[in-house]
Amino acid sequence: MSAISSTLALIRKDVHSELRTRYALNALLMFVVTAVSTIVFALRSDQPTSSVLSGLYWVVVFFTAMSGLSRTFVSEEERGTTMTLQLVATPSTVYFAKLLFNTALTFALTIAVTILYMTVFSNAFVIKTMSIFIGTVVLGSLGFASASTIIAAIVAKANTRGTLYPVLSFPILIVLLMTVMGATTKALDGEELSSALGDFQILVGYILAMTGGSYLLFDYVWKD
Amino acid sequence: MKFAKYGSIALITFVLIAGIAIPLSPTPQGWLQFPVIPGLGEKARNILYHVPVAWTTVVAFLVSMYYGFRYLKTRDIEYDIKSVSSAGLGFLFCFLATITGALWAKFNWGSFWNWDPRETSIFVLLLIYGAYFALRSALETDEKRATLSAVYSIIAGITVPFFIFVMPRIMSGLHPGAKGDPDGSGPVVQFKMSPNMLVIFLLGLLGFTLLYVWLLNIRVRLAKLEYERSSHQS
Amino acid sequence: MTSMRLSLSNVSKEFNRRSIFRDVSFTLGGGDSLVITGRNGSGKSTLVKIICGLLTPTRGTITYSFEGKSIEHDNVRNHIGLVSPYLQLYDEFSGLENLELLSQIRSDRVLEKGRIEEVLNDVGLWERRRDFLRTYSSGMRQRLKYAFALVHKPDILVLDEPTSNLDADGVEMVNRRVTEQKQDSILIVATNDAEESTWCAKKIELGGKV
Repeated sequence: MSAISSTLALIRKDVHSELRTRYALNALLMFVVTAVSTIVFALRSDQPTSSVLSGLYWVVVFFTAMSGLSRTFVSEEERGTTMTLQLVATPSTVYFAKLLFNTALTFALTIAVTILYMTVFSNAFVIKTMSIFIGTVVLGSLGFASASTIIAAIVAKANTRGTLYPVLSFPILIVLLMTVMGATTKALDGEELSSALGDFQILVGYILAMTGGSYLLFDYVWKD
Repeated sequence: MKFAKYGSIALITFVLIAGIAIPLSPTPQGWLQFPVIPGLGEKARNILYHVPVAWTTVVAFLVSMYYGFRYLKTRDIEYDIKSVSSAGLGFLFCFLATITGALWAKFNWGSFWNWDPRETSIFVLLLIYGAYFALRSALETDEKRATLSAVYSIIAGITVPFFIFVMPRIMSGLHPGAKGDPDGSGPVVQFKMSPNMLVIFLLGLLGFTLLYVWLLNIRVRLAKLEYERSSHQS
Repeated sequence: MTSMRLSLSNVSKEFNRRSIFRDVSFTLGGGDSLVITGRNGSGKSTLVKIICGLLTPTRGTITYSFEGKSIEHDNVRNHIGLVSPYLQLYDEFSGLENLELLSQIRSDRVLEKGRIEEVLNDVGLWERRRDFLRTYSSGMRQRLKYAFALVHKPDILVLDEPTSNLDADGVEMVNRRVTEQKQDSILIVATNDAEESTWCAKKIELGGKV
């Protein structure tokens, strides 16, 4: 189907572009390292509880995502290539390509944070129920991307881009954040997979609602 | 509109007086006594003011979303004027709801803010309103401002059902019980009011709604006049 | 002769309550050519964007039809090629990569084998096809925009300031493409240049008479 190949081609373009310039990867990685270091210094030798740790985990993911995910649209706008994309791709192609790219980026981010936390908080950050953790991280990345992609498209059209993105995203993401923080705590505490099923249901519902709503509204944002 | 104007003044004045003046008694008799609700006592009077204000802010948000949606469909700038006017009122009422809620919390449970589900929900609504206006001020053309803020309010609106149902589930896990919160952990307020209290409460609800309608009407008329004036100047 | 037809009816555009232009109407079919003229700021580029489906008009309608059937605005992209000073391509890719990637994204029209090479030759960029776009001069960028506009053999070719940044060779290249396009497809040019205005049979003046 040409819509799918079109979307994949745009994702390929974004990936190649990223590999060539390495902009997002470098900036985001440095941000993660800086954020985690700050947390380590703040805690000193205190060993945080599982709920605090899971909260801190997602705080780092949130702020790193806020510094990076808007790039998919803002960079096109800054370089003047928005018009080019409008000429070659349908709005839905653009939306899904950017959504999937952001999901991959967020997922990579969670992996980086996980590795860092397991190294730095080797005593406290022990994942006892891996299935809950993996489910949370996968669904969480999808959730993050599904909500923040359309906000990124909105922000790209505005003037004060940098600070506007977290301001607009946070209220939308609160539900997601609370749910994934709770589920991650359960993963660290070693609870049964069944206890997190309710959380997963909420996450799936959120992803569907956000993706559906964004898809329907994206045309209005993308087209001038 | 005259009805809304005079009706709201009359009702709110009545409710203000009745709410404060009518004494409480353990065995209420007739129309001039309120029952004592365990754990609340005199503080229960706040219900008559806090709940209608909170209710109005939600109504204002829904109305703003609706007009935003109509703008997207028709591109008629008048809908955007209505949408932002309603949002402005909603923002104001949201502040009032947060403050009256915090006062109630202080006198009931000892601290101004506890992050229980209802408090957090009103806080999130405040953030959404704030973000909405921040977005509007960052956009230059009328068309862009109207379109993008309409889209944002709809996206925000989609998350609202989630946090109405999700928050009690999660927060009652984090904060064991809700410190005797009479609202319970469901989305609907469970309240046992005597008939006379209920009547006054509903009148207050009606009064605040009418106030909202009247203020919205004024704001929209004013905004339209400003809009006409500036387009004749350019 | 292409069966593409483009029709504008009473198209008007306003920004912030200021009217840019009003009631523009015309119909074009295969072999037709139209020049849009007007002072700076009269809305030529705005009208160009509307024709290409990049902006929606405040009032009025545009319709496109191909082989007798009307085309959705979202599908018009396969039939239109645009050269414009506002268009930018990707600096981090080479000329060839830009064309390949963008053609893959615009995937409905499958290109014949060798088409990209052919069009790079036509615009005179064959030698520099593997160099990154950031090394191109402004004249070369303009040529690449032509390649991008022509690679899928568009039924409607829209040129906004056709010869900006081009040397004599480049202008000749444009003349050749314009002649080819006028033979059996639709050409639209937006310009203030008197010479370029003579390329087209029909004319619209914005900010003045239609």
